[in-house]
Amino acid sequence: MLGKLDWSAIPLDQPIPLVAGAVVLVAILGVLTWVVVKGHLPYLWSEWITSVDHKRIGVMYILLASVMLLRGGSDAIMMRIQQAVAYQSQGYLPPEHYNQIFSAHGTIMIFFVAMPFVIGLMNLVVPLQLGVRDVAFPTLNSVGFWLTATGALLVNVSLVVGEFARTGWLAFPPLSGLVYSPGVGVDYYAWSLQISGVGTLVAGINLVTTVLKLRTKGMNYLRMPMFCWTTLASNLLIVAAFPILTATLAMLLLDRYLGFHFFTNEAGGNVMMFMNLIWAWGHPEVYILVLPAFGIFSEVVSTFSGKALFGYRSMVLATMAICVVSFMVWLHHFFTMGAGPDVNAIFGIASMIIAIPTGVKIYNWLFTMYGGRIRFATPMLWSVGFMVTFIIGGLTGVLVAVPPADFMLHNSMFLVAHFHNVIIGGVLFGAFAGLEYWFPKAFGFRLDERWGKAAFWFTFIGFYVTFMPLYIAGMLGMTRRLQHYDVAAWRPWMIVAAVGVAVLTIGVICQIVQLVVSIRNREALRDRTGDPWDGRSLEWATSSPPPVFNFAFNPDVRGEDAYWEMKVHARQQSLAHEQPEYQDIEMPRNSPTGFVCAFFATIMGFALIWHIWWMVILGGLGAFATFVVFAWRDHDEYVIPAEEVARIDRSNIEERRNLVSMAGAV
Amino acid sequence: MNLLDPQGPVAAGNSTILVDSVFIMLVIVVPTIIAILGFAFWFRASNPRARYQPGFVYSGRVEMVVWSIPALTVILLGGVAWIGSHQLDPAAPVPGTGSPVRIQAVSLDWKWLFIYPDQRIATVNTLTVPAGAELNFQLTSSSVMNTFFIPQLGSMIYTMNGMVTKLNLRADNEGKLQGMSAHFSGDGFPDMMFDVNVVSPLAFPEWVANTAKTDAVLNADSYKKLMQQGVEKGRPVYRLDDPRLFDLIASQHIPPGPGPELASEAGRSHSGGHDAR
Repeated sequence: MLGKLDWSAIPLDQPIPLVAGAVVLVAILGVLTWVVVKGHLPYLWSEWITSVDHKRIGVMYILLASVMLLRGGSDAIMMRIQQAVAYQSQGYLPPEHYNQIFSAHGTIMIFFVAMPFVIGLMNLVVPLQLGVRDVAFPTLNSVGFWLTATGALLVNVSLVVGEFARTGWLAFPPLSGLVYSPGVGVDYYAWSLQISGVGTLVAGINLVTTVLKLRTKGMNYLRMPMFCWTTLASNLLIVAAFPILTATLAMLLLDRYLGFHFFTNEAGGNVMMFMNLIWAWGHPEVYILVLPAFGIFSEVVSTFSGKALFGYRSMVLATMAICVVSFMVWLHHFFTMGAGPDVNAIFGIASMIIAIPTGVKIYNWLFTMYGGRIRFATPMLWSVGFMVTFIIGGLTGVLVAVPPADFMLHNSMFLVAHFHNVIIGGVLFGAFAGLEYWFPKAFGFRLDERWGKAAFWFTFIGFYVTFMPLYIAGMLGMTRRLQHYDVAAWRPWMIVAAVGVAVLTIGVICQIVQLVVSIRNREALRDRTGDPWDGRSLEWATSSPPPVFNFAFNPDVRGEDAYWEMKVHARQQSLAHEQPEYQDIEMPRNSPTGFVCAFFATIMGFALIWHIWWMVILGGLGAFATFVVFAWRDHDEYVIPAEEVARIDRSNIEERRNLVSMAGAV
Repeated sequence: MNLLDPQGPVAAGNSTILVDSVFIMLVIVVPTIIAILGFAFWFRASNPRARYQPGFVYSGRVEMVVWSIPALTVILLGGVAWIGSHQLDPAAPVPGTGSPVRIQAVSLDWKWLFIYPDQRIATVNTLTVPAGAELNFQLTSSSVMNTFFIPQLGSMIYTMNGMVTKLNLRADNEGKLQGMSAHFSGDGFPDMMFDVNVVSPLAFPEWVANTAKTDAVLNADSYKKLMQQGVEKGRPVYRLDDPRLFDLIASQHIPPGPGPELASEAGRSHSGGHDAR
């Protein structure tokens, strides 16, 4: 009846996951009770859960990423403590638990923190920057989000029902095969990623289509803000790379469920094939994450330097170069497999070539600052912190791209330090910069600067205290994923790294406090003009938060930095008091399709993991039926009457005129 | 296990390239970081002496330079990578004094088996080699992937079931070193550290002769016992019954290791690694 599921799946003998699971469960139930008792449920359902508004979906993506960041961060804290204490002892985590933690940490941080964070920011901002009313496929967008949430949910269910993979975040066979991992851990891993992978793929298709097909009047490709370019590049990579991941995991699942032999030791299976395939997705994935971050820094550095981005066309070229070359370097993840000197050298050099456009980007940000008038608001602090940190990560990255150096550094703590250096220093700093920068746009008030700066400094310093020791441990020969060790020379560095993680934790707490303080003081921090940072691109041309239709009129773009041009133009014209003629606007209707689809996908995923076949069929049919109902619906849009549009728009224009005339007077 | 304290020519080559590459990059990285901090500081909004140049958004000369600097660096490093990859290819010969020593390494769950086919002996979790001689490694795995790595001798390499990888090393100085697996392989992975004894060329035959006196014999049967999942705290040694044992393992005539025994149907498998401790 329930497949492999029985009471022994609950880890009653392991207090840590049980207590953690109980705390999370109580928190979720508490929030749900509060929502229901206070009568917020109808609001949540109609304004958020069923919303197809790209801004709302973007916010929900970021919320998911933030919650999962806390989960992944807890894993990180536990690992650092374990390695600090497990010198000549077993520490406090037995191997089967420790191995789940580092596997879950990697999986969660990449798939359920970094990905939803950048996809959320792209969702929130790109349609606004392009001057359009929504993304190309609004309902599909909602489906994409909810499927990602399903994946995240399944990973967390594994905490209390069964186990998570004990194989590392890429689940290399044969270790992840049925023979060596007979438990449900790898199944949790693979089905979570299969389901959320579909979500990511549709998000990618949606954003590519949006950038290519939905630009406002006059917004040619070479007038798009840099963030739109990096969004395009990143999502092209998603569309090209995620099917590889899906196919690879499908083959692994066929091995595990139906006795196939793609990656087994016996019967002609080939584990090297898995390595190649997973990294053919895995390396582009790195750029899927970091390219949007590059876009965010481009926006932030330009805005806070009070200058257009230096060498815009060069930046576009560099972005697209990274997009293409990132597909040609995957073998550098396994130089030590013995492929031979020619293959190793070619992939090593190809990997270094990516450093050229990346270096160009750094220099272009540098020269954007040159001659600027730099305001050090929190987003700018994150950006400068990023530039310094990322160069160091780039240096160590090029270093491990040199095959003979990699022969000593492969899989070492040096490598761990390197990829945290670029992912924290690049992607996470970018995500935080973007969060601070666009928060007022999403919610109508700024975040508290003092707590924001405190968060930056603790995170920045905490990062160095945590990861510089890991570089040193790597140079002392320490490999990754050690549950315990006997080498005295490594010990001090593990202790320093544990201290660093404590500092990083303070940084995270500062961010939470910042959010609470800002919500409390929201009246004082209110952004009435829609343009709190003296911005340059179109998202600042509408109110904060923007109306559901974003723009009453499709903006007419006459150059790069569209909104900046408008402001300059308006000043010179001393504000023409034209009375525009408002028209009805059609917007897509809300749809529960995404939520219902994900509900059935969760059931199906859970049933697949536990071999509950009747439930698999139920979930599959449910998801398909949801799709059919959606496909046959008659009314997919609703109309916002012209008077309503006029009322909303006029109040915003008044505020804006005051701002521009004040600025003009200066 | 300091990577910058190499004890053989391969590690010396690796670490030289490592250090050289870092310095080549530091030449541009340090000035760039200084420029970032300098520009950010000087052009702060509160500095009245900094000149605001909002029109400075393109300069052909600057573009030329910013594309050239990383490009030139990469050309230089690319050369280092190309030459280094060929000179330090794991399979490239490493000439030494005396006759080369053949060693066949098998990664097991979770221990290392070292077979000396010419000496007809085998050891677990200790590797004894003569100083100065070329060491020809052939490597495979009994089950999952691992990586054979002696940090101070250089160049790690994967071990995979059903396949043989090749690695040539040389240890120049007598002494004790440590080796490890550098690819996660399951619950007993941290206990895959092994001792490396580098002995004098004269002491090596002596060690071989002493080892060969053991009663324990390594053949297909005792190998299958060794292959069971578990951690080996001792340092057993064997006489080698059949010098073709390694080939039988690598060609899967001896099937791959069995993996864990399931404690319950419900997914939470408990493997032997933890209990063995």
